[in-house]
Amino acid sequence: MPSDANTAENYVETPKTLTELHAEIAAGRTRAADLAASYYERIAAVNPRLNVYLGLTKERAMEQAARVDAAAAKGDPLGPLAGVPVGIKDVLVMKGAPATAGSKILEGYRPPYDATPVSKLEAAGAVLLGKINCDEFAMGSSNENSAYGPVRNPVDTGRVPGGSSGGSAAAVAANMAVATLGTDTGGSIRQPASFCGVVGVLPTYGRVSRYGLIAFASSLDRVGPFAANVRDAATLLGVIAGYDPKDATSSPAPVPDYAAESDRPVEGLRIGVPAEYFGEGLDSEVRAAIEKGIESLKAAGCAVKPVSLPTTKYAIPTYYLVATAEASANLARFDGVRYGYRSPSSANLADMYRHSRDEGFGAEVKRRILLGTYALSAGYYDAYYLKAQQVRRLLAEEFLRAFAEVDAIVTPTAPMPAFKLGEKTGDPLAMYLADIYTVTASLAGICGVSVPCGTTKAGLPVGMQVLAAHLNEGTAFRVARAVEAARR
Amino acid sequence: MSAKVTVDDVQRVAELANLELTPDESGHMVHDLNAILDYVAQLNELNTAGVTPLAQIGELKGAGGVSLLRPDVKEPSLDRAAVMAQAPETDLVFFKVPKVIER
Repeated sequence: MPSDANTAENYVETPKTLTELHAEIAAGRTRAADLAASYYERIAAVNPRLNVYLGLTKERAMEQAARVDAAAAKGDPLGPLAGVPVGIKDVLVMKGAPATAGSKILEGYRPPYDATPVSKLEAAGAVLLGKINCDEFAMGSSNENSAYGPVRNPVDTGRVPGGSSGGSAAAVAANMAVATLGTDTGGSIRQPASFCGVVGVLPTYGRVSRYGLIAFASSLDRVGPFAANVRDAATLLGVIAGYDPKDATSSPAPVPDYAAESDRPVEGLRIGVPAEYFGEGLDSEVRAAIEKGIESLKAAGCAVKPVSLPTTKYAIPTYYLVATAEASANLARFDGVRYGYRSPSSANLADMYRHSRDEGFGAEVKRRILLGTYALSAGYYDAYYLKAQQVRRLLAEEFLRAFAEVDAIVTPTAPMPAFKLGEKTGDPLAMYLADIYTVTASLAGICGVSVPCGTTKAGLPVGMQVLAAHLNEGTAFRVARAVEAARR
Repeated sequence: MSAKVTVDDVQRVAELANLELTPDESGHMVHDLNAILDYVAQLNELNTAGVTPLAQIGELKGAGGVSLLRPDVKEPSLDRAAVMAQAPETDLVFFKVPKVIER
């Protein structure tokens, strides 16, 4: 699997599926405490090279593992994730554990509460191993914007794992957790899943609570799982999804049994292929892998047909205006007053704000705050921010029309496989274009899955993006399962 | 759209955002912002006259979205001591900051 023999030792056997793991733990054949301990050993061995974990929550994990083992011993019913070791992207808060968001400005911050997805995982029996590296405030496409150093791609350590949830994807790829949580604002789950060869899920906007997520762009931010296979990812989403009164945009729609939905055959499903996602800039090996994946869907009985999404080309400019505008407002809260970093050298309050933010934020975060502030400032608001919101509606309505004709849309997740560390850091615009196929679903609020679909000649993973209509995750999982099954 | 951003513009926006940029940083930001703004100018190709801006997915018909506010009732909040303990400087009742008024 890995092209670089030096990285081969990063791999151990693919973990058991959640169903198998659950049976092992319930029967007492595997103890949750032993499993957690073995993952901590593995993390200690591999982390110095991959830089995935920023902090471990051992005490909390071992307490939870002991609870699971005690319940299993008594024959008590176990949650669907009983004993499953899970890592958490460090933009979701865990009570008492340092939360950094990959930024120096949150140095020393230990949040006094748990994010809702974190509490839900734990209530389902998951053992939370620790906090995982990411781009600063989830702003980036390569994980190189973390103030704590880049994560390396386990498949080839000279390459990026993608971003911003690069650490969460790498953790699953390198078996440093059975599953992880990430967040996706413009592609931050799907693109790293593609780069690292794992499954990543973008739930419908509102499907998973954002309570306890350190905000980047609130109308776009979503929390979703990574796993080694589609069915496990579906199980994870079922656990973290659901209405939460603490998030005003949380959906009250009932949560289906996603794992069961993913088991349903795809025969007869209508699959749309938009030409706009196969144009200039698409790597030829990525294209070949996706076309092969589409053939496998035809072979499984899907009706594949072209769909037209002509507004796609405007998605990146629209996204970077909307996201930065919201970010400039959200990040105003980091001022050195209530938590995190305060510059020690300030004579007055105004200086304290400026120095703390200047010393605490990295270059990309400052760039986006400035762009967003500019787009919202007097004289430019209509031309930039309002215009972008209008195009956002056109993009979203275009998807709604397409989903009247097809059940799912398949595209490449990213135009290229994992690129080299440092390859795009000098050119922010080139970096933004790594998100060209993912920002559309972000703006439209629809759901999607990135599923491994092939590899390049050099052994780099290629992910296929399966998109489905709002609250139609079950269909995306079914299609992703079929693509996955065709490769096995 | 597509106005050229100058060093003065960047400085003004930095001030609005409570950021202090070194002259070197300002230079880089002028370059980057102009490149990004040139790129986003392609939105001008689209006629959006009469299109209602979409700020939230909940406003999109057919998206299954909602905008529900929870009932306005008093609920227990986070423990004050736990929250104040996170502050860089505090007397555990108030946040302390450097001098606000010069005299």
